[in-house]
Amino acid sequence: MPVQALTGAELAERLSAGVPASVERWEEEVVWVEPSKVEDVARFLRDDSSLDFQFLNAISAIDFIEYFDVVYHLTSFRLQHTAVIKTRLHGRESLSVPSVYHVWRGADFQEREVWDLMGVDFQGHPNMKRIMLWEGFEGHPLRKDFL
Amino acid sequence: MSPDNVLYGTPVYRFVYELVGTVLPCWISYVAAGLVIMFILVNAVLMGAAVFVFAERRLIGRFHNRIGPNRWGPFGTFQPFADVLKLIFKEDITPAAADKIVFLAAPIVMLAPAILMLAVVPFAKNTALADLNVGILYILAVTSLSSVAILMAGWSSNNRYAMFGAARGVAVLISYEVPVVLCLLGVVMVAGSMSLADVVEAQAVPFLLVQPLALFVFLAGVSAELNRTPFDVAEAESELVAGYHTEYSGVKFALIQAAEFGGVVTASMVVVTLFLGGWAGPLADYLGWFWFLLKVGAVAFIFIWVRATYPRLRIDQLMAFAWKFLLPLSIINLFATSLEVFFLRDSQGVLATNDLWIMTGINLALGAGCIALFGSMIREKIKPVTWQPAAGTASLTVGEVT
Amino acid sequence: MPIHTEPMTINVGPQHPSTHGVFRLRVTFDGEEILEVEPVFGYLHRGTEKLAEERTYVQIVTLTDRLDYVSSMINNQGYCLAVEKLLGVEPPLRAKWLRTMVAELQRIASHLMGIGFFLQDLGTLGTPLMYGFRTREKILDLFEMLCGARITLTYMRPGGVFSDTPPDFWPALENFMQELPTEIGEIEQLVMENEIVLVRTKGVSPLSPEMAINCSVSGPVLRASGIAWDWRKMEPYDAYEWVDFDVPVGANGDNYDRFWVRMQEIHQSARIIHQCMEHIEPGPVRLDLPLVFRPEPGAEAYGRVEASKGELAFYMLSDGGVSPYRCKIRSPSLINLTVTEHLLVGWKLADMIVTLGSLDINMGEVDR
Repeated sequence: MPVQALTGAELAERLSAGVPASVERWEEEVVWVEPSKVEDVARFLRDDSSLDFQFLNAISAIDFIEYFDVVYHLTSFRLQHTAVIKTRLHGRESLSVPSVYHVWRGADFQEREVWDLMGVDFQGHPNMKRIMLWEGFEGHPLRKDFL
Repeated sequence: MSPDNVLYGTPVYRFVYELVGTVLPCWISYVAAGLVIMFILVNAVLMGAAVFVFAERRLIGRFHNRIGPNRWGPFGTFQPFADVLKLIFKEDITPAAADKIVFLAAPIVMLAPAILMLAVVPFAKNTALADLNVGILYILAVTSLSSVAILMAGWSSNNRYAMFGAARGVAVLISYEVPVVLCLLGVVMVAGSMSLADVVEAQAVPFLLVQPLALFVFLAGVSAELNRTPFDVAEAESELVAGYHTEYSGVKFALIQAAEFGGVVTASMVVVTLFLGGWAGPLADYLGWFWFLLKVGAVAFIFIWVRATYPRLRIDQLMAFAWKFLLPLSIINLFATSLEVFFLRDSQGVLATNDLWIMTGINLALGAGCIALFGSMIREKIKPVTWQPAAGTASLTVGEVT
Repeated sequence: MPIHTEPMTINVGPQHPSTHGVFRLRVTFDGEEILEVEPVFGYLHRGTEKLAEERTYVQIVTLTDRLDYVSSMINNQGYCLAVEKLLGVEPPLRAKWLRTMVAELQRIASHLMGIGFFLQDLGTLGTPLMYGFRTREKILDLFEMLCGARITLTYMRPGGVFSDTPPDFWPALENFMQELPTEIGEIEQLVMENEIVLVRTKGVSPLSPEMAINCSVSGPVLRASGIAWDWRKMEPYDAYEWVDFDVPVGANGDNYDRFWVRMQEIHQSARIIHQCMEHIEPGPVRLDLPLVFRPEPGAEAYGRVEASKGELAFYMLSDGGVSPYRCKIRSPSLINLTVTEHLLVGWKLADMIVTLGSLDINMGEVDR
């Protein structure tokens, strides 16, 4: 039986019930959440028995010049469904979003990588330092303005 | 000056001594004869190491489904010489932080036991360089030198991998010395002498059969002392880069390698002498050296075979193997052998060939029983899992262990 | 009474015989025992994701070869699936079967390397490694017949594969599949029940299923911990929905189980290859896509495959240009390394090397 992707509407409904004022909007398969609520949302997604997103597939960040998107891909092994959570950070300087390190340990290296290459700081990560590049490297090479 | 030293019985020594003595003062002929003996010994070990390295590389090549070195000389036989030449001409690096004198001395000390051991081994009838009456004790004393050399090499390199290797090496050497000594006591009791020539003479039945447990313990212990797989923790390549000789290069590295491989050859010679009847065989008076070398080759092959087959034990398992497995075995062997010798010997304290056969029967049964017993005790703990392929995918509950 | 010694910090790597590439571990030892571990990497960072933003979709296939360079086929497959998802196209049937087949061949080759180096780390002086290489060499010869390359294959393209099989490929594959069981059997006989292998690996560095999931571990490492999760089953791509195979699952998640799961997966891969050989039918192998194409602006796709190391995913985002706006690579090796500290602390130096070997990481993929 193949895995099902949860629809944005369904997920948004449950999220709004679980974590008030966390959902900004939703699309077909994506739910946009408030940046400051990311950790709460993550904990709810993991612990709610009808969602059960115990597995964090990937954390990605995308540079759109005016704003940055941080994307979380999630899977539940028990209920066999997947979800995509996105959050939008405006501006280019001192971007930060709460870390999900304490919810999913798998976020450890991925958050460090996003910080290293994209310059998005994850607050609450115990070891937020560069991972691919060396300490003292200037800039964040995956940003669109880095040449 | 009267030639009152142990070497005087050796024909080569006496020949040189008397030849030089006819024209030159006594003390010069004394030194000259000694130098000739040393020359023979050192070269025997180095040649033995060279031949062994070639054999090992070719054989391991075959075990690996490769060809092995085959370019230089017939069948690649000159390969070890090419290797040594290369190493001699390479830059000899001494780390800046090393203790230079000890660093220099360690390879030399390491080579010494392999050479010294050869002095008492009888190659054929009356062909030992020195037939010491305490030959076995001498071998044990000399081999324990190598632990000092390993510690010297590891400490002086001022490298953490080397220090790790040295600490492990010394721990292993000291632990395995105990079962090795105990199992050799059995051999000494049956032979009634510590002289290697006498041990060979006493083997009307090879001690391989009379003392199977002792042979097993001795082979395992010697493998550990020589840092051969599965006991090569001291230079564990995948863990410690090269262990105690991590920092060595050039000539010093060549010496360490020569000591290592020469050590295997001399150890094989000791095994052959103590357990496989030394030079005994058909026409032993003329072909003794041939039988001896043949048996040495066979034992060396076993060392190579084991090396190509087994993974390495962890250091604590290695210690447990020595103290919990080999030590009890060697004590059982010692106890059984002493009882057998006590009851079977005649009034002069000599064992007849028939008695040896009786001991063979008892000891083989005892050895098989002990190894089966101890082996099953180990195997109990490490049963492999068995897995039956299920149709389709297994059920998917998080945390469920199928 | 435990005897404590002065803690000693060693940099294991980046030049070390068994760190599987330029990987570095800062380890603090108390005697032989590990107190602290900090993995350090990035020595092979080439900025693949940035490079991908400068290349057309077809050119990026060559970049994926260089991620996990011992399983290029599966990387190609993952990338092509993501691009196809982005375009909303499906490759022809023959291409699907061919991709499945070569991906399984590559999985066998990759697992053989993983097992070989794992046993090498145990100190076997290369005998099982060389047995593995013998088989891998034949797989590489088959790949050479397909696309002329042996390691960096670039065999697949968005919309299919580069070319159809040459006529002499099928007899060669048939021959290989006949030899395979014997060759794998030789490795199994040599090591599977070797007492030293058992005593060194059983019960060492166990990974609980809860920890494995929380650390986002995937692939054989996850399955060794007792979780039967395989994307080939759970989200069948290419021809996997039409083939029958089992998902081997370990019991304890220790080093032995990780090794054993890989060994069993080789057998399952062989089963899949046999079914592919049976079912494949003549037909086109590639969609008629232009060499340079522009997906819809704003289209995004998360294409994943079960690679030999775990879940390999490409998160692609298009702005309507000829190259992706963003191409994020979810590398299984990097994320599987999250558990290193958890697995290693409290074990011994010798176990550390073996555990790293059992995770089967590839630095090309970790650093990208």
